[in-house]
Amino acid sequence: MTTPAEIREKIERILPTVQKPGRYTGGELNQVVKDWDQIETKVALVFPDIYDLGMSNLGLAILYDLLNQREDVLAERAFSPWTDMEAAMRAAGIPLYSLETKYPLHQFDIIGFSLPYETLYTNVLNALDLAGIPIYATEREETDPLVIAGGHATFNPEPMYPFIDAFVIGEGEEVIQEIVDTYQAWKARQGSRTELLHELAKLWGVYVPLLYEAHYHADGTFSHLTKLVEHAHLPIVKRIVPRLPPPPTKFIVPYIDTVHSRIPIEIMRGCTRGCRFCHAGMINRPVRERTVEEVCQAIEEALAHTGFEEVGLLSLSSSDYTHVVELVKAVSERFAGRGLSISLPSLRIESLSVDLMDALEGSRRSGFTLAPEAATEKMREIINKPVSSQQLLDTAREIYKRGYQHIKLYFMIGHPSETMEDVDAIVQLCKAVLREGRQIVGRRATVTAGVSTFVPKPHTPFQWVPCDTLDQIYAKQAYLKKHMRGKGLKLNWNNPEETMLEAALSRGDRRLAEVVYRAWEMGAKFDAWYEHFDYGLWLAAFEQAGLDPAFYTHRPRPLDEVFPWEHLSTSLKKKFLTEDYLWSLAGRTRIDCRNQCFACGILPVFSQLRRQTPGEHWQCPEVKSRRVNVTTNGGKFMPVAVKEKRVDVKLEAVRVSGD
Amino acid sequence: MRVRMRFAKTETMRYTGHLDVYRTLHRTLIRAGLPIAHSQGYARRPKLNLAAPLPLGFTSDWEVADLWLEQPVPLEQLTTAIQAASPPGLRLLDLEEVPLHWPKLTRQVLSSEYICTLLERVPDLEQRIDTLLAADSLPRERRGKRYDLRPLVLALQRMGDDEQGRQRLRMTLQSQEGKTGRPDEVVAAMGIDPVGVRFHRSQLNFSDDKE
Repeated sequence: MTTPAEIREKIERILPTVQKPGRYTGGELNQVVKDWDQIETKVALVFPDIYDLGMSNLGLAILYDLLNQREDVLAERAFSPWTDMEAAMRAAGIPLYSLETKYPLHQFDIIGFSLPYETLYTNVLNALDLAGIPIYATEREETDPLVIAGGHATFNPEPMYPFIDAFVIGEGEEVIQEIVDTYQAWKARQGSRTELLHELAKLWGVYVPLLYEAHYHADGTFSHLTKLVEHAHLPIVKRIVPRLPPPPTKFIVPYIDTVHSRIPIEIMRGCTRGCRFCHAGMINRPVRERTVEEVCQAIEEALAHTGFEEVGLLSLSSSDYTHVVELVKAVSERFAGRGLSISLPSLRIESLSVDLMDALEGSRRSGFTLAPEAATEKMREIINKPVSSQQLLDTAREIYKRGYQHIKLYFMIGHPSETMEDVDAIVQLCKAVLREGRQIVGRRATVTAGVSTFVPKPHTPFQWVPCDTLDQIYAKQAYLKKHMRGKGLKLNWNNPEETMLEAALSRGDRRLAEVVYRAWEMGAKFDAWYEHFDYGLWLAAFEQAGLDPAFYTHRPRPLDEVFPWEHLSTSLKKKFLTEDYLWSLAGRTRIDCRNQCFACGILPVFSQLRRQTPGEHWQCPEVKSRRVNVTTNGGKFMPVAVKEKRVDVKLEAVRVSGD
Repeated sequence: MRVRMRFAKTETMRYTGHLDVYRTLHRTLIRAGLPIAHSQGYARRPKLNLAAPLPLGFTSDWEVADLWLEQPVPLEQLTTAIQAASPPGLRLLDLEEVPLHWPKLTRQVLSSEYICTLLERVPDLEQRIDTLLAADSLPRERRGKRYDLRPLVLALQRMGDDEQGRQRLRMTLQSQEGKTGRPDEVVAAMGIDPVGVRFHRSQLNFSDDKE
């Protein structure tokens, strides 16, 4: 077994020969190193891409902080080595190790992967292989670590089902502690690996895929899932925290440049806008906010701990944060004198008010980024983002008037209802925005259009919708490239083949696991990196597995199709998603649900949590009634859908009557 | 107030490049809560200068930086605050106040001294040293640029082995803008693979001319 001392000695010779060796050393300010031999449970948190990206991941920082607060637990980090380092490690027989203590990953008790997006899947397999941990869960023994994964992609984890022992569905802050507790209790009584999995399956928000079996129709569509053990939950309801816990502030300060070198403070979780393509907006409900004071306090602490030059006030739609102007003013007043710059990404055109722009003055930004997504009324109604061109132009004018020269606009192409006229409208709109800029700041004005391609995501009202074909996407991109030209205009786009892979995996079923495995075996990794992604290799993997990618990407799904991810419940009712899909076909929009509740399903499922945590931090209406006595599971809250008796309808009725 | 700091860059920060060392130092000063002076204008930069870049992978216990403060702070208080805020890879050695009018730090550096530890034994080390020193010129190429290394080598000698019995070299190389010798180049010119050598800067030599 390789020891940390051996690993240190071996990497000493390798590091001078690889790119950016600072990725592989650890030792940064605020990393937590505990006495290995004194700690009961060791957790390795892995972001399956390079350090530079992983260190900017807030989820990882949150879990690192929470786990290391426990005296009986240590949490350390590991990332995917870049290809040069991987080759050198394999040649020298160095297993994947943690940055903190250089212990090989297979000596940890729990390995937790962060899975925010699908193009990391092959990197997970590669990391397990490099760590010397069996890739298939069924091949792991009692001495192997427990392998878990969480993150946005795990709301449909089926293509990864045989590789991960347990998936966390939803928010990790509380459930990670329960997983550790369950692990410790199991280890104390020296149970079998199967027993551990059975125990984990009892936790709210934990999905143990091996305890279920998937069934398919003759035509290849999904039929249903059956439980193999009685106590496994079906559906598996996502985990949420009723109130956002205090944010972490003791962030690790990297010694080398990373994607975002800043203090990340999540000001709000979730979004009330209901854009139909938006996975994050559907799976992160309900909206919960932190208070202005809580955010300021966190910045104060984080600044003292890190010395970062910038703070990012993060959420899915920051300008929708209830007290956004007050927040920005408070942060500026308190910290601007100390040289801290404020970044407020994800601004919504409707709520980027003149007041907010004024408050952001002095935040030293070079411009603004806005996401109209579509440029015609028709497309805006389909995707439910009804912001008029006039509104965008007015906002752009106000931005340029304040001396900013650069505006970045995000658009999306690829919805099947889209025509070339809709694509042309994107070009025209960008040019119109640029004209506003020219009139105000002159020839220095620029507009950058980031045009991504629509990927229908599970759990959204577009989960039924087919993707554009490669030819259609190429034609639309060619049109944009041809017409989005001229001084001050810049165009960015995605690789259509990568979009196809993401689309296939997003709405994939368990059969895709074989494709993922074969692709990795043939050398697929870093699929999110243009220079590494090889679509031909994936097509070969599909063929070897006897599957057609078009079945997953381009097939129109009938309304009554049962989806292979339906057992993972976001708490949004299928009825709500179906209706929203039908509304999109009819060009009917919904307003912001802070103004009108559309009964998406969140409140009935989490009514008890809402009742326990009243107040304006939740954007869903309050549940006031105390008349209904909801049974609890051993004193612990369990979401309604998991219980034997469904009382959700009754509760909702009570809420509406306004007791 | 202009303050000159001398600090060590230790093992933990070996692979932090020049720009990132600068950033790390800046963040240390922010954490220390010091009234750092900034350049004027849109791109507000801290008034902080480093004497001479240290190549990636090198350690040092003689790095020098100049820092400007908005208000004077007693030196003892400065020392305590910076020491408390330093990350594991940086160690403040000492600091002093220097006159505001002194020339830019980078222009005051003359040469650097390095200690090179050989991870693998080179039996004919002395001979290689003599051969290098005897050469009139050492034409080398670095990043597509041809230059003569020989005049940049001001001194080169063997020093006593370290406690693990590894051979060591001590060298003094010129360190002026456009005329900087690199110890890995010297080692390579001696026919030794720099990957098997640990480099450590032991001293920076400054010009006495302060005008």
